Amino acid sequence: MAAPAPSEYDCIVIGGGHNGLVCAAYLAKSGRSVLVLEAAAQVGGAAVTREFAPGFRVSSCAHVLHLMPEAMIKELALGAHGLRLANAAMPTTALSPGAAPLALGSGERGKLVGAARVDELAYPRYAARLRRLARALQPMMSGVPPRLGTDAWSDRWSLLRLAWQVRRLGRGDMRELLRIIGMNVYDLLEEHFESPLLKGALAFDAVLGTNFGPRSPGTVLTLLYRMAAHDGSSNLAQPVGGLGAVSDALAQAAIAAGASIRTDAAVRRISVHEDRVQGVVLESGQAISADAVISSCDPKTTFLGLLGSEQLDTGFVRRVSHLRTRGLAAKLHLALEARPNFTGLGAEALAGRLLIAPSLEAIERAYNHAKYAQFSREPIFEITVPTLSDPTLAPPGKHVLSAIIQYVPYALASGWDGERQRFTDLAIDALERCAPGLRAAVRHAELLTPVDIEKQFRINGGHWHHVDLAFDQFFMVRPLPGAAQYRTPVAGLFLCGAGCHPGGGVMGAAGRNAARQVLKRVA
Amino acid sequence: MPKSRRHDAIIVGAGHNGLVAACYLARAGLDVLVLERNSYIGGAAVSRKLYQDFTYSNCSYVCSLLRPEIMRTLELPRYGLQIIPYEGGCTMMHNGGHLALYDNHDALRREIARHSARDAEAYDRYARDVMRQCRFIKPLLMREPPDPTSFKPRDIGELLYLGKRFHAMGEERMYDTLRFWTMSAADFLDEYFESEIVKAHFAGSSIIGTALGPRSPGSAYVLLHHYMGDIDNTVGAWGFARGGMGAVSAALAASFKASSGTIRSAAAVREILVRGGRTIGVALEDGEEIHSSVVISNLDVRRTFLETMQAANLPDEFLKQVRNFKIRGSSGKLNIALDGMPDFPAIPPGSPTIRGDLHVTDSIEMMERAYDDWKEGRWSRAPYIDMLIPSQLDPTLVPHGKHYMSVFVQYCPYRLADGEWTAQKRAAFGATVIDTIAEHSPNFKDLILHAEIRTPWDIENEVGLTEGNIFQGELTLDQLLFNRPIPGYAQYRSPVRGVYMCGATTHPGGGVMGAPGANAARAVLRDLRRAH
Repeated sequence: MAAPAPSEYDCIVIGGGHNGLVCAAYLAKSGRSVLVLEAAAQVGGAAVTREFAPGFRVSSCAHVLHLMPEAMIKELALGAHGLRLANAAMPTTALSPGAAPLALGSGERGKLVGAARVDELAYPRYAARLRRLARALQPMMSGVPPRLGTDAWSDRWSLLRLAWQVRRLGRGDMRELLRIIGMNVYDLLEEHFESPLLKGALAFDAVLGTNFGPRSPGTVLTLLYRMAAHDGSSNLAQPVGGLGAVSDALAQAAIAAGASIRTDAAVRRISVHEDRVQGVVLESGQAISADAVISSCDPKTTFLGLLGSEQLDTGFVRRVSHLRTRGLAAKLHLALEARPNFTGLGAEALAGRLLIAPSLEAIERAYNHAKYAQFSREPIFEITVPTLSDPTLAPPGKHVLSAIIQYVPYALASGWDGERQRFTDLAIDALERCAPGLRAAVRHAELLTPVDIEKQFRINGGHWHHVDLAFDQFFMVRPLPGAAQYRTPVAGLFLCGAGCHPGGGVMGAAGRNAARQVLKRVA
Repeated sequence: MPKSRRHDAIIVGAGHNGLVAACYLARAGLDVLVLERNSYIGGAAVSRKLYQDFTYSNCSYVCSLLRPEIMRTLELPRYGLQIIPYEGGCTMMHNGGHLALYDNHDALRREIARHSARDAEAYDRYARDVMRQCRFIKPLLMREPPDPTSFKPRDIGELLYLGKRFHAMGEERMYDTLRFWTMSAADFLDEYFESEIVKAHFAGSSIIGTALGPRSPGSAYVLLHHYMGDIDNTVGAWGFARGGMGAVSAALAASFKASSGTIRSAAAVREILVRGGRTIGVALEDGEEIHSSVVISNLDVRRTFLETMQAANLPDEFLKQVRNFKIRGSSGKLNIALDGMPDFPAIPPGSPTIRGDLHVTDSIEMMERAYDDWKEGRWSRAPYIDMLIPSQLDPTLVPHGKHYMSVFVQYCPYRLADGEWTAQKRAAFGATVIDTIAEHSPNFKDLILHAEIRTPWDIENEVGLTEGNIFQGELTLDQLLFNRPIPGYAQYRSPVRGVYMCGATTHPGGGVMGAPGANAARAVLRDLRRAH
């Protein structure tokens, strides 16, 4: 293939987040000339490692790697491009102030220790069944969602394939899947278990990164979604150097495949001529032309910001503006003088994933506040202490604590300016209850609310799935009808971000699926 | 014990669905016996004189969902059923503001425009989209849901029918439908309206009778469920049954007797008898046995299988799923005898909306907070109220010049966090509701002659609805269509041959609709035909 003329590309990928980089890598691997434009000084989007206090580095948004398909890691040879795991199997432990911790082991086959006897007996059957159901949904997770009502055989085929997968479950499992798929995780867990701590921990994964409480119908779907996305192995892993290392490896893979990457190159708008994409115009004013433009930005930014509603019909614009894109999760980073001591935890557990979600009721109450634009008075936490497996992230002997906190609304009734410190203290106090002495060890604390995430990572609403994950914004209608197959109403403009099926969480599937769609349509 | 004669079919419970099923079977020439525990028939569709000459519709209180085809086939008007349609309704805010609903489209648009011109525009889009969904669902109401796991031609045929109807909507509409069935009412309404009061008004029907909040995904469907009625072909219209809701049951009973059916009230069934995997009839509380090879239960799925059948006669897996079926008490009811017509200053004098549904709420947030109270095991401190004064349109209910007010309250839990219901707690609950209404009607309290206060616990004990749930089971995705009540048993049949279900616990669910009864009867007749 002839080298393209300067600023002339087959494909331009807007945004150097992990999905953009995955998309670029696959496009470049199949011989397209690709330019990735990243507004920030470093690639990675929400999968980055940054210094948040002198000498202390942390994975600023996503902080564990568990959804990226192994196939993709192999195909893109991320190992060869520098991806190393500091901890390949992080166990999950549920904490509750003043109660013995509950060990869920690592991965879905993990052994449950510390729950009521009846629950320890019931758990394996429950977990095995959910795994079977999730496996039936896997083809749906990895592939391009079908369009309804078309005569295209590819669409019919993927619908039939999905139907067949579900049928293959056998009568009992199929009925159970059809029953629970629209159910809430609260009822599901009440049907199976007694230990509040266990139910809280299992419900946590269902509500993590959503705008739901355990009682919200649809939370079984989000749970199955997470399990299906695991793609077999469900081990939580921590890369050496934090999640930024994943992005760096992806960037290396893309470059090795021939893609060019420009940082500090913010796109002002996507240029269109006669409903066909021409290329992009940078903030610098430079225009770059391309046959295809693939945006890894969220749909609102892409359609209303970069493209402009004048390029779209009103119905579509209305749907875009109605997308629910506000995040409900915050990130807390603590630079610690000493190793945190969570009561009753061994070294291995401490290096894993810690949950503070004492019961279903506790999570539901935490959620209640968020419904009324307040932050949870008693929030729930997903905690990692990455420095235990990867000392390079902090000065010798010092440690970093990284926590995802729910529920933290984007639009706080009282506004964030006055409340930031109050919430940070409230969160540290909650941690202190499970790790006595923690507060004293805190040298510096960084809180990223959804508003901060929106600003710093250019995600409208600061939602790590870009578009809220719910039945009505899922699969065939994600992010919205008319753009659910990574294509858009504008010829040559594609989406590849977390707002597309199957969503965010450092999975890369959206980027890979988008690349396939581009290759089908751009010679 | 005297052995009474054998019947072709026995129906347990004389609720409206039981009676509908009875009518269809009797008209098909079967010898049908209906057994009712209470001394009066009607289940939750009753008119009762509990105070002087005031007639209360003391459970269900309005009529709309009753399928017109059932009315026609069973000739209910001929047997005395008269539906008086009422116009619109009104939502009153605590700040004195209100939103009135008129049948007259222009009046309605003007009224909505008072709150938001944009919403007045959006209303037509909203009404169109909701009606589109109704048109899609309506034909499904009177059909037996397919079992998606079965290869029987009938089930596959039904699935294809569903698929065809779905496909016929066209791509865009199919997506809308997928979203509509799974969305929360709050999100759904946000896509149309901006004014809090307009949203709150329409959100009302998304929570009535359910343990969901307007923010819970799936509540949009419940909203739709209340739109599926029609009176004289006015879709979505609501009306009163002249003489109270008992008139519906009375007309059904008359129609049933006319085709020589038998009803025995004060005859409580203790057990549905099973021998060798099939039913042989029922045993009453007094030990009397009545035999039949067909027993159709109008009770909800839990009462039928956990309380009136021997566990030994049922598969364990089935029993487990019955126990898992969600039936939650979330609604209370007040029936109030009034010495005169209360004033509602918010409502313009002479406005017809005073004769319709009067709602009390400010916003979706207030309704959601009311739901939060329920989750915590207490009645809503600021409840959502749906009240009507039917005596304005139906004077037969009350002595001259007096009035009857029906007050439906959301939310009220079946179990309180601080222990069982007591007389004091019931009174406190009633006071909360009456105070809330009094905020909008200065002379309301002085007019109260008598008030019947019914918590879910009371409704369960009187009517026999588990937890007093008006739908005999939550209307959530996991309990709709082929999931209702139990996956694999959504075809009105049960694991025991000859035992059927015909209550609201089956597809398509609650509201005085009659569809479950009619569908169950069809299933029974088909099985009998197959047998011979």
